[in-house]
Amino acid sequence: MFKKILIANRGEIACRVIKTARKMGIKTVAVYSDVDRDALHVEMADEAVHIGPAPASESYLVEEKIIDACKKTGADAVHPGYGFLSERESFPTLLEKAGITFIGPTPRAIAAMGDKIESKKAAAQAKVTTVPGFLGEIGSPKEAVKIAGKVGYPVMIKASAGGGGKGMRIAWNDAECEEGFALAKSEAKSSFGDDRVFIEKFIENPRHIEIQVLGDKHGNVIHLCERECSIQRRNQKVIEEAPSPLLDEKTRQAMGQQAIALSKAVGYDTAGTVEFVVSQDKTFYFLEMNTRLQVEHPVTELITGIDLVEHMIRSAAGEKLSIKQEDVKINGWSVESRIYAEDPYRSFLPSIGRLVRYRPPQEGTTDGLTVRNDTGVYEGGEISMFYDPMIAKLVTHAPTRQKAIELQADALDAFYIDGIGHNIPFLSAIMQHPRWQSGAISTGFIKEEYPDGFVSIPPQGEALKVIVAVAALIDHTNNARRREISHQMDGQPVTFAETRIVCIDDIQQRVVVEGALGSPVTISFSDKDGSVTESFELKSKWWPGDFVWNGTVGGKSVNVQVRPILNGFNLSYRGVSVDTRVFTQREAELAALMPVKVAADMSKFLLCPMPGLVKSIHVEVGDKVQAGDTLAIVEAMKMENLLRAERDGIVKEIPAKAGDSLAVDEVIIAFE
Amino acid sequence: MKDIIEELERRRAEARLGGGIKRIEAQHKRGKLTARERIELLLDDDSFEEFDMYVEHRCVEFGMQDKKIPGDGVVTGWGTINGRVTYVIAKDFTVFGGSLSQAHAAKMTKIQDMALKNRAPVIGIFDAGGARIQEGVDALGGYGEVFTRNVMASGVIPQISVIMGPCAGGDVYSPAMTDFIFMVRDTSYMFVTGPDVVKTVTNETVTAEELGGAIVHTSKSSIADNSYENDVEALLQMRRLMDFLPSSNLSGVPELPTLDSADRVEKSLDTIIPDNPNKPYDIKELITKVADEGDFFEIQEAFAKNIVIGFARMEGRTIGIVANQPMVLAGVLDSDASRKAARFVRYCDCFDIPIVTFVDVPGFLPGTKQEYGGLIKHGAKLLFAFTEATVPKITVITRKAYGGAYDVMSSKHIRGDVNYAWPTAEIAVMGAKGAAEILYRSELDDQEKLDARIKDYESRFANPFVAAERGYIDEVILPRNTRVRICRALNMLRNKTLENPWKKHDNIPL
Repeated sequence: MFKKILIANRGEIACRVIKTARKMGIKTVAVYSDVDRDALHVEMADEAVHIGPAPASESYLVEEKIIDACKKTGADAVHPGYGFLSERESFPTLLEKAGITFIGPTPRAIAAMGDKIESKKAAAQAKVTTVPGFLGEIGSPKEAVKIAGKVGYPVMIKASAGGGGKGMRIAWNDAECEEGFALAKSEAKSSFGDDRVFIEKFIENPRHIEIQVLGDKHGNVIHLCERECSIQRRNQKVIEEAPSPLLDEKTRQAMGQQAIALSKAVGYDTAGTVEFVVSQDKTFYFLEMNTRLQVEHPVTELITGIDLVEHMIRSAAGEKLSIKQEDVKINGWSVESRIYAEDPYRSFLPSIGRLVRYRPPQEGTTDGLTVRNDTGVYEGGEISMFYDPMIAKLVTHAPTRQKAIELQADALDAFYIDGIGHNIPFLSAIMQHPRWQSGAISTGFIKEEYPDGFVSIPPQGEALKVIVAVAALIDHTNNARRREISHQMDGQPVTFAETRIVCIDDIQQRVVVEGALGSPVTISFSDKDGSVTESFELKSKWWPGDFVWNGTVGGKSVNVQVRPILNGFNLSYRGVSVDTRVFTQREAELAALMPVKVAADMSKFLLCPMPGLVKSIHVEVGDKVQAGDTLAIVEAMKMENLLRAERDGIVKEIPAKAGDSLAVDEVIIAFE
Repeated sequence: MKDIIEELERRRAEARLGGGIKRIEAQHKRGKLTARERIELLLDDDSFEEFDMYVEHRCVEFGMQDKKIPGDGVVTGWGTINGRVTYVIAKDFTVFGGSLSQAHAAKMTKIQDMALKNRAPVIGIFDAGGARIQEGVDALGGYGEVFTRNVMASGVIPQISVIMGPCAGGDVYSPAMTDFIFMVRDTSYMFVTGPDVVKTVTNETVTAEELGGAIVHTSKSSIADNSYENDVEALLQMRRLMDFLPSSNLSGVPELPTLDSADRVEKSLDTIIPDNPNKPYDIKELITKVADEGDFFEIQEAFAKNIVIGFARMEGRTIGIVANQPMVLAGVLDSDASRKAARFVRYCDCFDIPIVTFVDVPGFLPGTKQEYGGLIKHGAKLLFAFTEATVPKITVITRKAYGGAYDVMSSKHIRGDVNYAWPTAEIAVMGAKGAAEILYRSELDDQEKLDARIKDYESRFANPFVAAERGYIDEVILPRNTRVRICRALNMLRNKTLENPWKKHDNIPL
């Protein structure tokens, strides 16, 4: 077994690998760039080596630097994690030359699976079901139409070297096929410098389901069942689960056998993933093979109880797989949410900066319910612009899918982050979505359900009741405590009216709060006449200053995030975030007399979308601009952001000037 | 007896109606509450006891003898805020536009006298048209009586003014002499002379809002300490503020029970100082992470943002916080920041509120604008205020403490009680670059040599240890332990006894 492993990666995956290595009694070496000096993976590893400046191309992607770091520290193996060097064919070869073991596939396997066309050919040879299509090079639009006719519409025209949706066209008929062929070819040329395209059948409402495989150097390969990753936003996976709600045992085994066949065909000897696109009728087609540890591997680990990283290390060290196919059993259900540093309310713009507060939910297993949080950050850490914006993977495991989703929703409610924008409200909203809950999903889920992006919805139903009840109890706690302030006048105990009005936007709910602090408090909802409509018993140890109100409402355990605002609290629960104010009857009456101040119409302004420096302004007062015109460039963290006109207009005023340092929502240009 | 009680109830009801239903409705239409409604919101339920509600003016000029309304334009009395005695004066705009008559002034001074005698705060709510012109010199006299009591009470009991409508002419000086002024946005304004007079005298055209609205006074003139969206928001915040303030200069600070532990370690503070010395960070993050429950009542949030002041609690007891804000002008001290902080330090000293100072200051702001504006004397105000203060003073230097500004910011030399520094502290006459350029002027052309000199100076002074070796710093502490250390130090200083030499009063450079 290895004595010391270097992890050629950063962030959560580096931390993840270190955990297993430590469990196995193997020493670890972290590598870090300038901006990662204080990163969590550096702190966790036994040793750390600095490998250069922040850009990955000058640090994490430089093979020689990694090899030097191995030599310097005496590491005898390298785990590449995912991304960076994990699927670079030359890297294992270079390591081998230096006498260091690569904990991952052979260069041959990486090469065979790296090219889309090559991998499909290999798959076809291994009798793996591939999407009907034509894998050869296509010369002319005419030829494309002919092939499309054979495959049957709709078809997809794709760049061979492609990825990320570029150089991809869908055609429903001959005319579209001809046009799409030309477009895909030119896009492929400009994006990848390689204009080869191929055609395949387009699957409607497809699902993304992948098989985890695990092999050793002795020719053994097993599969660890599937993961479903259909919840994607712009080809970026957002939520994953295992098993898939679609598959039956027969399909699972069929897919598993094909994945094993393919793996064996390329001599695959470690952990890998065979991705399939699956139609709603469970017909599956090979998509590609990822020759690395996947981001979403924890869901597989939780349903199988198998530590994938441990087996990768053991296989790399030449050990035989200790698990047989028949040992692999699916136990319960697991759901993973990827927590990204991107602001869902600002069209998922990456958000960078200091993690002023970062309090993930409690990890561990109680009563068969498991919460696991794979993360590479900590409170007070910095999210930099240089790397992937993922800050954590929140994984839950429970006996059933429904319970795993409920647990995930609860854990997301308790996940408290301040300082940067993050997608937790969005993830929470998906967890509440009936279609997601039903399992009737496809890769188009987010686009179909959130066509205009994500907007915060007003609270309703059970969530509203919970928020109202918690708001009332928070207010009650505050009042009970204020009653105890020193220097009070004698002879007149301070009392607070038990009837309170909880105000959330236009909603006003009358509640009666009964019970002393520390004991269960009863909160009764009543209508205008004062007759009680519903009543909840609340228990909580919450105290002012606590970030999360954790307790029970009517016996149900809930986590509500609490952020103080002027005379009230912003409460977040189930993806809903609202300002709440709790008034006495009289305060509410008087508050109702206050004028409603209309927020200024900001559509007539160009606002700074992020804190940054105005580099240049491209218009002058009086200019007529058309939608799409570049108005200004704002530099944020060394990135230049072009701000374009959203609609036609005439420039009335330009309060900002080049060189100004602006905060979010500061006015740059005003229109008439 | 029944008749007598009925008569009492009738007169009370009449008085409580102030200027009548119509005027009350007009007041509401303007987005304002009435004086009595405001008092209801400010004080604990049913705690208000009104005095002098039957008082009427005695003016017989200009037909005033026929116009009498009980209360005479001001509602006065006392009640409690979370059980603590508070006196209230609230101008009643529905009665003679809240204008001040001799009788009206007498109601005010009665309350002021009681508050001073009984050592409890006075809160004034202003919404009035100024002097009652019909009364002429009697009104002026009345103002003077009020002013005198403001001055006598200053530094003895907290005096708070909330401007919730017009406040002009003679009316402005009573608030101006109180400790804090708060305003309501869009419905309140303050000025000595209104837009009409301004137009006549200077030919300037200006609206009331532009001349003396809440935005102007909170961000430009610094007359007001904060502003709020509406009456309700403002008054509920006054309740919050009063929980921080002592009842008098001898009462000691109030104590609010808390479960927030004095031992709370904030590990994330270890990384709050960016690696790059020129990169800012938000000092308010430090403040809210150190304070009890993250609760910080900021004063003058919109003015001279390069310094942050306000109230917080440690282990339930009020403290005043003064902190340079690196996010704004690198936290430099200029005239505005110095004045803002100086007045706050003196307030805390008056009322026995310990002062915690967080220092990250690159120095005083250079330039003709500052020097012509009297930076020397304004800066001296802060230096004077910190020096003369005898309350417990705890200082934490987080990063820069350069030059004279180091001395000013509650340093050991001006009687700081406990002076901590973070390991990131740099206590020096100036930044390394500036220092090297002066010390090695002859090498200015040789960048390489100069860089070496800068590095040299940095390694010598860009740390807290030179100062610590001299005892100017009592201890170098881990940022994460800042709360723990401050709590301990405050407890240790609980019995601090320090008296300045007897004097009639000092002569602070006003």
